[in-house]
Amino acid sequence: MSTADLLPLAIAIPLIGAAFSALVGSRLPRVATDLLVTVWAAAGVADLVVLWLRTGDGRAVSWLGGWRLRHGESVGIVLVNDRIGIGLALLTAVLVLAVIAYSWRYFDEPPAEHAGTFPALILLFDAGMCGFALTGDLFNAFVFFELMGAVAYALTGFRIEDPRPLQGALTFGVINSLAAYGSLLGIGLLYARTGELGFAQISQKLTGHRADALLLTAFVLVLTGPLVKGAVAPFHFWLPDAHAVAPTPVCMLLSGVMVELGVYGAARIYWIVFSGPHGIPQHVFHDTFVAAGVLTALVGAVMCWKQRNLKRMLAFSTVSHVGMFLVGLALLTPEATAGTALYVAGHAGAKAALFGVTGALLDRFGSVDEHSLYGRGRELPVGGVLFVLGGLALAGLPPFGTALGKAVAEHAAQSHSPWLLAVFVLASAATGAAVLRAALRVFAGAGRRPLDRHEVPETTGGGEEPEIRGPSRRVPLPMLAVPALLLAGSLAVGLLPAVSTQLAQAARLFTDRVGYVAAVYGHSHAAGMPPAADWTAEGIALGLTSVALAVAFACAALWAAPRGGGAHRVVAPLRRLHSGHMGDYVGWLIVGVAVLLVAVRAQL
Amino acid sequence: MTLLFFLAAGWIFLAGVYGMVTSRNIIRTVGCLAVAQSSTYVLLLAVGFRRGGTSPYFTDTSTRTPVVDPVVQALALTDVVVGATVTALLLALALQLRKRHGTVDPDALTGLRG
Amino acid sequence: MSRRLRLALFWAAAVVFAVAFTAACTGLPDFGTLSHPYGSRAIAAAFHQRTANTISSVNFDQRAFDTLGEESILFAAVLGGLVLLRRARDERLAGVRRGRVLPSTRMFGSLLLPITLVTGVYIVAHGQLSPGGGFQGGVILATGLHLAYIAADYGVLKAIRPLAVLDAADAVGAGAFAVLGLVGLAVGAAYLQNVLPLGTFGQLSSGGLVPVINAAVGVEVGSGVVVLLAGFLDQAVEIVSPTGKDNGAGR
Repeated sequence: MSTADLLPLAIAIPLIGAAFSALVGSRLPRVATDLLVTVWAAAGVADLVVLWLRTGDGRAVSWLGGWRLRHGESVGIVLVNDRIGIGLALLTAVLVLAVIAYSWRYFDEPPAEHAGTFPALILLFDAGMCGFALTGDLFNAFVFFELMGAVAYALTGFRIEDPRPLQGALTFGVINSLAAYGSLLGIGLLYARTGELGFAQISQKLTGHRADALLLTAFVLVLTGPLVKGAVAPFHFWLPDAHAVAPTPVCMLLSGVMVELGVYGAARIYWIVFSGPHGIPQHVFHDTFVAAGVLTALVGAVMCWKQRNLKRMLAFSTVSHVGMFLVGLALLTPEATAGTALYVAGHAGAKAALFGVTGALLDRFGSVDEHSLYGRGRELPVGGVLFVLGGLALAGLPPFGTALGKAVAEHAAQSHSPWLLAVFVLASAATGAAVLRAALRVFAGAGRRPLDRHEVPETTGGGEEPEIRGPSRRVPLPMLAVPALLLAGSLAVGLLPAVSTQLAQAARLFTDRVGYVAAVYGHSHAAGMPPAADWTAEGIALGLTSVALAVAFACAALWAAPRGGGAHRVVAPLRRLHSGHMGDYVGWLIVGVAVLLVAVRAQL
Repeated sequence: MTLLFFLAAGWIFLAGVYGMVTSRNIIRTVGCLAVAQSSTYVLLLAVGFRRGGTSPYFTDTSTRTPVVDPVVQALALTDVVVGATVTALLLALALQLRKRHGTVDPDALTGLRG
Repeated sequence: MSRRLRLALFWAAAVVFAVAFTAACTGLPDFGTLSHPYGSRAIAAAFHQRTANTISSVNFDQRAFDTLGEESILFAAVLGGLVLLRRARDERLAGVRRGRVLPSTRMFGSLLLPITLVTGVYIVAHGQLSPGGGFQGGVILATGLHLAYIAADYGVLKAIRPLAVLDAADAVGAGAFAVLGLVGLAVGAAYLQNVLPLGTFGQLSSGGLVPVINAAVGVEVGSGVVVLLAGFLDQAVEIVSPTGKDNGAGR
């Protein structure tokens, strides 16, 4: 089997597995279904590992249906990718495997006669995310975008006995689908101009036109979908509402990789489709999206710090990190891209582990509220250790992958705009600090018992139903073993030099539009030198700085005398904006589109 | 004048968004989402139109008959299926929300804030 | 945000959007342009594959991978519907009340039911030749079955609606599409490549893989839509909330 054939198989394997699981799930005993699904998910991982190894420092190209180029044109869909996209698909598959192992004891009762439904949906989610990561065709990307969306809405609303998941899932579905339709309008405009749908083919045809209003509008519209999925402010409002209420295993996938795919999609589409001659100039993309990323990182960090619902806290921390990922990609250099790729991989392990431990708390105590769980986590010392480690990883403690990725991205940002360093350090410190504060309160009973104040609207996180009901009240082993393994994975990303050198090679390809187009058209193209992506003394120092800041923040929150004042006046209106109101969020979406249109136009 | 067909797509999109922004009923929000989506059908089909072209199948017409662009029709069909299924999911969520919350008024849904 | 502020924001953004979209439209090729590069290529490719309905050729051959994704969305929606529309822990089933039906409705319904089902099968089977195909035919099949609800009552619909079988058929249809793609790989060609004999242009057996995939999609859509509708109808007709509140769907 050739390397190219492994690309469609990465999507076909989970699809067939989903059908199989739905078919036999109700006919087999529970253990057999679990085993089958685990094997199937592992097959998906194996396919992608082989693909990763065989692709090497090049690109894999597969023309589906055998519709290869004839005279430089094709009627088919092309899957094409380097190790950035393949790596994201691999990360997805690994997380899916982890989630399936984690949820062996999950969901014992939902629809009894349809026992295979939950694993089938997870595998469909896997297929949707892999398809989006690997495709080289704009309309195909829309289809897989909607596949991962549709599955995610259903999974988010899984707990129908509670109105909050239903509301969160509806908001999620409405906002994301609307954004996807905006993207489709943009795709229609591009198709009208170029008569093509492939990234590379559109890009080639666009070079024959000047950058006019059509290009600008199509650019903003096409990016709307990925930016909303990537929760870039002001498109981020749906994310905390959905992540706070989705079942824990689903949160691991949503925060760990789905949101990151949005940012990846935006950067990939910009690089290949729009960055060519007569396209959107690099300085425009750079300035616009570095600003958007900084805004997202800061809003996420502030909101994360103010949460007491643990899942919502982790959700806002994802917003903050995704803002940093956007900054990294918008710097448009191979080095920053390599750093971001490492950061995403390290973050996925840490964030999924944190959600996993939160799931164990929810199972044990029926709550994810930092205040009401005060001191009760002492029964779960292992969970406490994992939670603290996760918080330190988020803050960027070397040698976690997050720290390495952040350091490389910071190094790239520094040569450009030194003030970005402060944003990276502060945002990662604040999100890490929030997690550490919660960990110390919940697992150690540190500080004073928190008082409930009701000056601002907030989502507490009490009164949740445990997601598992079993006769045993002990936390099942996979619910702590899987987070531990995920943290180990995050550590491995930082410690294995092979990962960073290979991703650095891939980042060089990711930022090489000409090479991508040449690969699709079957030409050869010499690539430049890969950037350096390794530990430096400066990077370690910056990582330790943000960890020290995080610890200081957390201790201050626990033991320092509470102060009212200025900060509150700034933060309260920001919190009020997160109103949970669907109409508001749709309004923000269209405002965001308008702001981007104006901002990009002003710079052209 | 011929610009009108394209502009109609933008108009429909904005009409759908307006409905979603002002909606006091989630069922209506989902309906308006479908309205916004139909703008994509209009744009795709308008883009693929060819003067004097007929439908792109050749069972009982000569293979030299001019026809409209079949690709956008295929895309629109895919789009229709996507829209229908997503709408079904959202309505299922809305139905359960109505049962659990007793309301589908977005102003009354205050479970997720701050 | 207050309603007024929200509306003001919307109008400001809408003006910007309208201006940008209008400006973009002035850059488009003229309405009805004769130049459709991809379309022309797709028509040529459809002829080469001896598929008379070029849209089916795009959907099930040239861009079959899009359709694979689309059918997976449908499959996901059916599974999602099963999950979201399940009977909650605190809900119970009420007996189905017998409906009263006008004799004329009963007659037309009974007459149309078989005709609709035959039409559905025809539309699925002729997808490679004439407008229609697996999705359109499948929807006709699924909705046609519900004429039984109109012509008789829910009990009769339930009797002719073998949900367990349809459930399985939906999964088989969805899986079959992805598996059919492997045929190409098995004979050393590409995934989803149309490697079956292409037949004669304009004949029912033409198009190679196209009618086969069409049939798989027809099975998936037909059974999937019935299962999805069953979820909604059960909610409306059978399932009673513990609070005794009206469940929001009409009876």
